[in-house]
Amino acid sequence: MNIDGVRTGIVLDHIQAGKGWEIYNLLGLDKVDCTVAIIQRVDSGKYGKKDIIKVDGDIDIDLDILGYFDTKITVNMIRDRQLVRKVHLKLPEKLTGVLECRNPRCITSVEQEIVHQFWLADPEKKKYRCVYCDAVYEEKK
Amino acid sequence: MSELRHLISITDLSVEEIDHLIEVADDIIANPEAYQEICRHKKLATLFFEPSTRTRLSFTAAMMELGGNVLGFDQATSSSAAKGESVSDTITMVSGYADIIAMRHPKEGAPFVAARRATVPIINGGDGGHFHPTQTLTDLQTIHRKKGRLSGLTIGLCGDLKFGRTVHSLIEAMIRYDGIRFVMISPEELDLPSYVKEMLDAAGVEWTVMRRLEDAIPELDVLYMTRVQRERFFNEEDYIRLKDSFILRRKMLDAAKEDMIVMHPLPRVNEISVDVDDDPRAAYFYQALMGKYIRMALILFLLGIK
Repeated sequence: MNIDGVRTGIVLDHIQAGKGWEIYNLLGLDKVDCTVAIIQRVDSGKYGKKDIIKVDGDIDIDLDILGYFDTKITVNMIRDRQLVRKVHLKLPEKLTGVLECRNPRCITSVEQEIVHQFWLADPEKKKYRCVYCDAVYEEKK
Repeated sequence: MSELRHLISITDLSVEEIDHLIEVADDIIANPEAYQEICRHKKLATLFFEPSTRTRLSFTAAMMELGGNVLGFDQATSSSAAKGESVSDTITMVSGYADIIAMRHPKEGAPFVAARRATVPIINGGDGGHFHPTQTLTDLQTIHRKKGRLSGLTIGLCGDLKFGRTVHSLIEAMIRYDGIRFVMISPEELDLPSYVKEMLDAAGVEWTVMRRLEDAIPELDVLYMTRVQRERFFNEEDYIRLKDSFILRRKMLDAAKEDMIVMHPLPRVNEISVDVDDDPRAAYFYQALMGKYIRMALILFLLGIK
């Protein structure tokens, strides 16, 4: 893994090829005050092609969001140009403020200030249920 | 101070706690005088954001028979919810006026939201098509008194199994007992939701599907009828097409076991003919009566009154 150019920050590796921009937006990297690079379609021994995001700055990223998006992504924490920690993601047990319940009968459909929350009901099928109404979250087709 | 407890889903109670509630309800039935002052100076708030007859009245009667007082509203239009007040705000306010709250709300998860803010126990009196745990307690109390046990039973669930929250909660409660078998009797359009089927499979419970009520009746210990509810449909045409799908008539009971019981959460529309009412196996009005006693036991339990 090439961490060149990152003094202290994060390198997101093994992003599915073509999904780099999505991750960039998902993590709100357009709003951070540091250098961010997206490298697309890099050759990968594991996956054929991959995207990489490099962030040169001391920022916190939400590993739960990232884990929900794709558990194959590897998070490399860099300090003083050294790799200090490598995080392999897993599906988060709870997701708060990430997904929105689409059940029209759910209390969250009428009370806007309630924070949407989901819990992992089935890790194998990546199935999340709303903590309020138990509806399964379904991705938009 | 003991931990604040709520009843949002039937699984908030352990099997032992349910057994305890049934035992207390039995004792209330046997010795009502011993309980008639036990909640003196205690107040129950009944917050019914959608109409209800049995649930609200049985809560009211339960608290009155315990010597307590009742306040509240029975439709959202007579509450500040009509002005747009959130559930959280309403509950925060009412927590200061009452010792315990029973609420019904058309939106699923509203009692869960309430419980996060309440400083007094919240009882879910039904939230949309989601949970209705006190109906389940009522059902368990009825089955226990009529059959003498909660295990080793074949239970037929008939009618609206898709939107019927009483059915979902009853399944969730009964799968914790040994030797339970379910027969699901519904039109295909009103089959159980997938998450309930998954719950049954995960618990290793035997269940089958039948499309004709007549075919299922002979093997049942309990026949649980439900109403196809107009308010659960977005489409009036679907409601009209399905509402008469499964009707129990007196003649059909000829094939039933002598000691089978017929239950129904009520209100019925026409899914049980009135000629069934006189059959000794008809247990639905008895069931409504049990609802009062088990709610008395629940109020005592949540208030921590021995």
